[in-house]
Amino acid sequence: MQKILQIAFLNLLFSFSLFANFETDIKPLTENSFLKKENTVEKLVSKYSENEKLHTLLKAMLDGELYYSRKEFVVLKDDEVTNLLGEKLERNRKIFKKVKTNNKLRSVIRNRLSQLNLFSKDVEIRFESAKNIRSNLEKDSIPLIEKALKFETDSSVKDIHLESEAILKARFGNFEEKKIAVQNLGDFLSPEALQVLKEIEAEGGELSKLASKSIASIESSRSFFSFLETIFFGLSQGSVLLLAAMGLAITFGVMKVINMAHGEMMMIGAYTAFTIQQIFPNLIEYSILLAIPLAFLVSGIFGVIIERLVIKHLYGRPLETLLATFGISLLLQQLVRTIYSPLNQNVETPEWMSGALEINSALALTYNRLYIIIFAFLVFLGVLLLLKKSSLGLKVRAVTQNREMAKAMGIKTGYIDAITFGIGSGIAGVAGVALSQLTNVGPNLGQAYIVDSFMVVVFGGVGNLWGTLIGAVSLGEINKFIEPVAGAVLAKVIILIFIILFIQKRPKGLFPQKGREE
Amino acid sequence: MKLNLAILSLIALFFTACSKEEKTEAPETETVTKEAKTEAPQVDEVVPFTSDEVIKVGVLHSLSGTMAISETTLKDTVLMMIEEQNRKGGVLGKKLEPVVVDPASNWPLFAEKMRGLITQDGVDVTFGCWTSVSRKSVLPVVEELNGILFYPVQYEGEESSKNVFYTGASPNQQAIPAVDYLMNEIGVERWVLAGTDYVYPRTTNKILKAYLKAKGVADEDIMINYTPFGHSDWQSIVSDVKKFGSAGKKTAVVSTINGDANVPFYKELGNQGISAEDIPVVAFSVGEEELSGLDTKPLVGHLAAWNYFQSAEADVNSDFIASWKEFMKDENKVTNDPMEATYIGFKMWVKAVEKAGTTDTDAVTEAMIGVSVPNLTGGIATMMPNHHLTKPVLIGEIQENGQFETVWQTEGEVVGDAWSDFLPGSKDLISDWRKPLSCGAYNVKTGKCSGQNYE
Repeated sequence: MQKILQIAFLNLLFSFSLFANFETDIKPLTENSFLKKENTVEKLVSKYSENEKLHTLLKAMLDGELYYSRKEFVVLKDDEVTNLLGEKLERNRKIFKKVKTNNKLRSVIRNRLSQLNLFSKDVEIRFESAKNIRSNLEKDSIPLIEKALKFETDSSVKDIHLESEAILKARFGNFEEKKIAVQNLGDFLSPEALQVLKEIEAEGGELSKLASKSIASIESSRSFFSFLETIFFGLSQGSVLLLAAMGLAITFGVMKVINMAHGEMMMIGAYTAFTIQQIFPNLIEYSILLAIPLAFLVSGIFGVIIERLVIKHLYGRPLETLLATFGISLLLQQLVRTIYSPLNQNVETPEWMSGALEINSALALTYNRLYIIIFAFLVFLGVLLLLKKSSLGLKVRAVTQNREMAKAMGIKTGYIDAITFGIGSGIAGVAGVALSQLTNVGPNLGQAYIVDSFMVVVFGGVGNLWGTLIGAVSLGEINKFIEPVAGAVLAKVIILIFIILFIQKRPKGLFPQKGREE
Repeated sequence: MKLNLAILSLIALFFTACSKEEKTEAPETETVTKEAKTEAPQVDEVVPFTSDEVIKVGVLHSLSGTMAISETTLKDTVLMMIEEQNRKGGVLGKKLEPVVVDPASNWPLFAEKMRGLITQDGVDVTFGCWTSVSRKSVLPVVEELNGILFYPVQYEGEESSKNVFYTGASPNQQAIPAVDYLMNEIGVERWVLAGTDYVYPRTTNKILKAYLKAKGVADEDIMINYTPFGHSDWQSIVSDVKKFGSAGKKTAVVSTINGDANVPFYKELGNQGISAEDIPVVAFSVGEEELSGLDTKPLVGHLAAWNYFQSAEADVNSDFIASWKEFMKDENKVTNDPMEATYIGFKMWVKAVEKAGTTDTDAVTEAMIGVSVPNLTGGIATMMPNHHLTKPVLIGEIQENGQFETVWQTEGEVVGDAWSDFLPGSKDLISDWRKPLSCGAYNVKTGKCSGQNYE
């Protein structure tokens, strides 16, 4: 008894003396060897698991925000220097060097941190930690998970813990435990659960049948979710096509101008987003929202200028229009190359657009795509209302349907032409802002989408906005359903062949404009 | 006036000689200066030329079109090297004169321009080409007219020409060591081979697949995927990779995805929650130059395999970076692997010409074999009889600042292999341009020398 007390006392003393030495113990993190850093992290976790400072330190290290000088460790984020207790410091940031990490080290830190964070106050953090633990299960995780289960109040985190527990029991438990666990696992979806079941199935015996049953249940729900996922992918691609084609649906569909510079209007929109981020580097989170109206204006103004200077003189001469606008597109590309550079530019993604909305472990929808889908449909509604319900829309339709008559009614047709072309180009600019979040912003941005845009408009039916919507979404869906089977290259070819055949059968597209044929 | 010029150049010579620690050369050239003072046309010409002849150096890199972004850098590298060499008194006392042509990313035009360079401009050597298809286009012309071409980009191998020196990596100097690293150090068991749909990724993946299978990787553990140039919608492919990678075995992506398509690819990986810790991507076409134009956040921790990183710690490298930034007058310019290959190629050619004492093609190609020059990572590059180099292989993790942190490298240099040992068609082939064999594709089993364009 005395001995135990003695040991306890010594331990206490030991840990106490160590506690005072936290600052010296973290010193080895400044060394170059990743292996040494890894050992240091392990040591720190075993010693100071209750220390708040360690949490801050590891978190900062994981995010690449941990810096050091000869005297101290600090967290450096957005040009603000704080110490490990979260207090702000007045320091010149130049004297600090970054604590470098590599993949292995980061994964060690992430694992350790998730064990510590299982009892965090923040549900989000607990959720992430629980997921991390589920994908890195070890035999000795059982007590930790059981402890967490008792503590946990949030049901979604609890579910993950239950799943982890079932996986562990299926793998390491006794026969009865295994049996129950195998049956229970059929209700979960994660690849880890599937993995352990497959292992048990391969072993044979009584459990094997139960496992097969559970596997079948998991796979059927997973394939359902994967079907939903494909639909989402198709919708997302469709919305990008819709955005790209909507401007063209106005300039080409309504005004019958073959505008080869349409892609460059998108490019101008994307560059507007880039420029705004350069001018306001502190407003990255809002820059995209700010860029949408501005890109509409900038591309719109370009559109009006092009219409007034060139296209105005070429109405009714499609071949010349095609060549002239093609020339303009080259001109605009070169302009961008001269002003910015031939290299691609880096448009940053705001925080709220990165990551994914996780519905369950078989289905996650990426935020950037989700927002772009919503955005595309909002723009579509806007354009529809503008054309169908506003007085400007009325005039636009009047001019395109019968120019002479409209003129006779007192509509300034030249003015309407310019405005319509401006709106079409402006929408292309808005599409460019959305594209800046998905693809490269460079002089060639427009080239990549011009063919697709024409394809959608022609397929949907020239002059019909609803046709453009249906055309874009169905092309997106068809592409995404073919792609897993045929590969990305072949999928593109198949779509092109499909459209060629379709146009042979129905030259006016899905929804031809009604009216008397000439 | 002439006297002033001579004095000025003497002073300049003295200073550079001191600073560059080339004192041994100084006394010899001093006398030369007096004799040749009329020759010195510019004040900054430190060591004047001893002969009024010039050696023409062809530069065949696209300065417009899609490849311009990458190739313009190499043109500037050659120009910088020529300027430097001229400051040292040229080669054989003759001034080097660059002849720059623009093949405009147009593959057949490469062949035409090459013909023009050799027949009309009379160049003695050409540095050029980037894509494999441009090299294939130039190949028959160089061979017909007996010119010399230095090709500075990593490529798919399966070629060895008498008239071409390959200073970039062959697959066994980039792809194979990268796979070894993933297999042995990271413990990868499942492989995604993703590439852009053209000759380099297809051949590389063919070699890699054969290699992996030889190592005992089962067919169902290899997934091969090709995408068009500039592909931007990666949703389904990344989702497939994610599913492929969740089978309980460590998975990695070996990427030969080219250029622009990389950014949306890495972005999608990040958005779908795949980090470099879960499924690392090792890329063969992403270098410092490519990284300089993009948001590196989603790429941090992913890997690249090259023979040179700007971050390599060697004195020659810091000198090279400094003079590059000065030459381009831009502090933010980065260096990359094909630039190092150009650097090595140029130094080797200079050495070989000096060894041969002439710029004659046959003499120089013979002298080239065995020439050694320091590379920029602190080692030595030697030209092997198969016209390929010895190179170290480096694996680096991408950092937030667009640079690489070397995490692994081969011990010593790896000899470039013209013919892959893992393809059934080429494993018995060797290339040796030394006499008496003098053959680019010698079959060791049949003892026959087949044509150079083995396919």
